[in-house]
Parts: sequence; structure tokens; C-alpha cells
Amino acid sequence: MSNIPQLLVHDHEDNVGVVVVEDLKAGTDMLCVVTHDNSTFNLKAEDDVPIGHKVALKDINEGDTAIKYGEDIGKFVASVKKGHHVHTHNLKTKRW
Amino acid sequence: MSDKIMAYRRENGRVGVRNHVIILPVDDISNAACEAVANNVKGTMALPHAYGRLQFGEDLDLHFRTMIGTGANPNVAAVVVIGIEPGWTKKIADGIRETGKPVAEFSIEQKGDFETIRAASWAAKEYVHWATELQREECAMNELWISTKCGESDTTTGLGSCPTVGNMYDKLIPQGITGFFGETSEITGAEHICKERAVNEEVGERWYKMWEAYQNDVIFAHQTDDLSDSQPTKGNIEGGLTTIEEKALGNLEKIGRECRYIDILEPAEAPQSGKGLYFMDSSSAAAECVTLMAAGGAVIHTFPTGQGNVVGNPIVPVIKITANPRTVRTMGEHVDVDVTGILTREKTIDEAGDDLIEMIRRTANGRNTAAEALGHREFSMTKLYRSA
Repeated sequence: MSNIPQLLVHDHEDNVGVVVVEDLKAGTDMLCVVTHDNSTFNLKAEDDVPIGHKVALKDINEGDTAIKYGEDIGKFVASVKKGHHVHTHNLKTKRW
Repeated sequence: MSDKIMAYRRENGRVGVRNHVIILPVDDISNAACEAVANNVKGTMALPHAYGRLQFGEDLDLHFRTMIGTGANPNVAAVVVIGIEPGWTKKIADGIRETGKPVAEFSIEQKGDFETIRAASWAAKEYVHWATELQREECAMNELWISTKCGESDTTTGLGSCPTVGNMYDKLIPQGITGFFGETSEITGAEHICKERAVNEEVGERWYKMWEAYQNDVIFAHQTDDLSDSQPTKGNIEGGLTTIEEKALGNLEKIGRECRYIDILEPAEAPQSGKGLYFMDSSSAAAECVTLMAAGGAVIHTFPTGQGNVVGNPIVPVIKITANPRTVRTMGEHVDVDVTGILTREKTIDEAGDDLIEMIRRTANGRNTAAEALGHREFSMTKLYRSA
């Protein structure tokens, strides 16, 4: 089933995507789909990432804004390299 | 797809999809009598809850609105109301009576539980005989009032199950259904988008003021930490949601692409501005929110979940929708509509929306939801502040 994506991205402006398969292993060459227009690209996963968790789509610096749905979803509190896991250890809300 | 359903036409013209006879306690200390009546008379259901004594002001208004709205819901055929004293008991019974449905009221003081239970059981038994002879009749699907609220959300809800509900609203709101969404704290991070989705600037401004007041008067007035374990919840975080902004953007997918909300409701308030989509000022806790929307008059609830929330409601069927394949694998007994195909790109949002509409039609016609089959009847009153 090579046409089933491992990663979905809402919009082209986003810098994070969501793992949508279970047991994703580091080193997987992920098929990624941008749901906005069904365009595809490939990205190598650099960590084991659980289903539903996010992956950085490019190298990100501490202090950068995370973009998902084309919108601001918080600030990075640590730098993250492309293909690595993004979650509470490196991303925080700007709200409370 | 048929636009007709077989449902119950109530005395006030509203359409219900269930036919409950409920035994409604005015207050916490009347729960035992209500449960005894429900035990005596099969086919009835008691709705025990924790409140109703020494409440005052806005909090008391909300208590009455929730009690009256629950009894008045078109999924309820008839109501037996029991309270400790006659005053508030009558107020609630009279409020429900305005719908024209049968209501009997009993109070416990100067009688005791035994005499109250005896008299109320006779009334409940008569209602069961009467209600069970009521027949479903052909009604238009667009007469339904359909609410939504998601729970145990994760990133798959924003990708799959919430847009499925949004697609349903985009299709059914123009056909004339009445819709509800809410979860005030869970719009934080998407408030700029929600404000823009009002039917006009005046409604959008009113919505924004309501949201801002909640932020200031509740969150910022009471917070002891940064809420990062409460909103998002631990379950949300396990599912991959990191921030409230991310959660809010996924949450708001439930109102689709086209819908505009036409008015803002107080908790448990029934719509007064005609057909369309309404925002109800409400908690993001599942059972509280569904209880408030049911009291506002919703007869079917659509519930997207990611990690697998198991909530139900005593009087309103709760339809569970998930896009998360792990949840389908591990908690399949809770799932009514499986939209995992959206993640594998084997199903479009448009097709998933049609699947949900079909499940709404079947549920309206009588199919029990997973939550109904599993006996989930969470009835959770919202309390605004401490009692006197």
C-alpha cells in the first residue's frame, strides 16, 4: 500500500505535519500529502514518532512560530531539525 | 438520500427522535426518590444530579434553565418532577408544561419518600402506557436540531472527524436544520477566525466580548498555572496536540467552510432567532457541554473524537465519529462513524460528511448509538459558583 501517506500537512505555509500511521520508525521515507490540494512530497523521519504527533518540515530555530492550518499555533522553545519530533518538549502555547 | 425521517411530533410542533419518560429531580436530595420510581416503573429513567439547593442569581437561573430545558426536550415524551419542597418543583414543572407535554410534580416534605414514591410511581406508570402507544410519523430531516462538541481530541480530529461534522453542517444548515456549537475556552487561539464566522459584524462583536469575558473572568481570574495540562488535556497531549491554539483550530473545523452562526446562546438557552447555526457559551468538558446543548433543545449530538471519549447523554443520542485508526482498533465499540479513510486518502471529507448524514438519518429513525447501547447516560449540570 505504497500510496497511503505517513504524514499529512494542512497547508503549504505549515512548518509541521502530522504522523497518521502507527509505529512510525526513524529512517522511514515518509510519503507526505498536503490536504489543501492533495500535492505530495517525501520527507525522512529522524525519530520514532507516535501516531498523531508532529514532525518538523524544515530546520526550525528556538523562538520561531509554529504554523499549522496556515495559522500560529505557538512558539518553539528549542530548535528542531527537519524530520524530528515536535511536541511539548520543544513547542509551547503563546496564550497561558 | 431520503430527506424524510420517522420521528415523534411533540405537542409544540418540535420533532424528537427518542421517546423517554423521565423522572427529574429538582435537587440532589430528591435523587433517591427519583431512582426508586424509575426502579418501580420500567421504561422510565431517573436523571440524578448533584445540585439544586441554595443556588442563587445567575447560577440558579442556569439550574432552572437546564432542568426545564431537559424536560422540554422533544426526545422526552412525559416528565415526573420530584423536589424536596413544592415551590421550585412547581417552577420547573410549569416551565416544562409550556411545551404542552404531560408533566406531574411531587414534593417530599410532609409526605416522606415512601408516600412520594408511591404517588409518583402511579403517575410514571400512566405515562409509560401513554408514551409507548405514541407512533413515529414522517417528519422532514431539516426539522432536526443537531449539536456538536468534540472530545479527547487529537490531531486526527482536526484532519478528519471535525471536518466531517463541518461538511455535514455545510450541507444541512442551508436545508434548514438548527445547529449548535460552543466550547468557549477551546476557541482560544482561533478567536480571530471564529469572530469572522458570525453572520454579521454585530454578532461577531458580541461573540468576541463573550469570549473575552470568559478569558478574563474565569481563566485569568482563577488560573494557578499555565493550563498546559488542562487545556489541552493530558489525553489531547498523548494524542499529539501540543497547544491550545492547535486544539482550537482543529475544534473550529466542526463548523465547516460556509456556515455562519446567527446568534449566541447562554448555557442551556434555546434558540430564539430562527433556523441556523448558534454558538452556545459552554464548557469544553464533554458531559457538561452535551447536557447544556440537550437542554437547549438539540435532539441529536455529533461527537468527533480522536483518542476515544466515551461520553453519552440520557436523552440525546450521541453519535461518535473518529478518524484515528488506533482508536477504532482499541475502542471500536464506541465508534458509530469510522472516517479513518480520510487519513489514508481513500475517502474525501465530502464522502465522510455524507456518511455522517446517513448515520444521523438512521439514528433519528431509531438506531441506538454506541453510547446508548453501552449505557452511557452522563448528565452533568454546569455550576457557575459556590452555593449560598
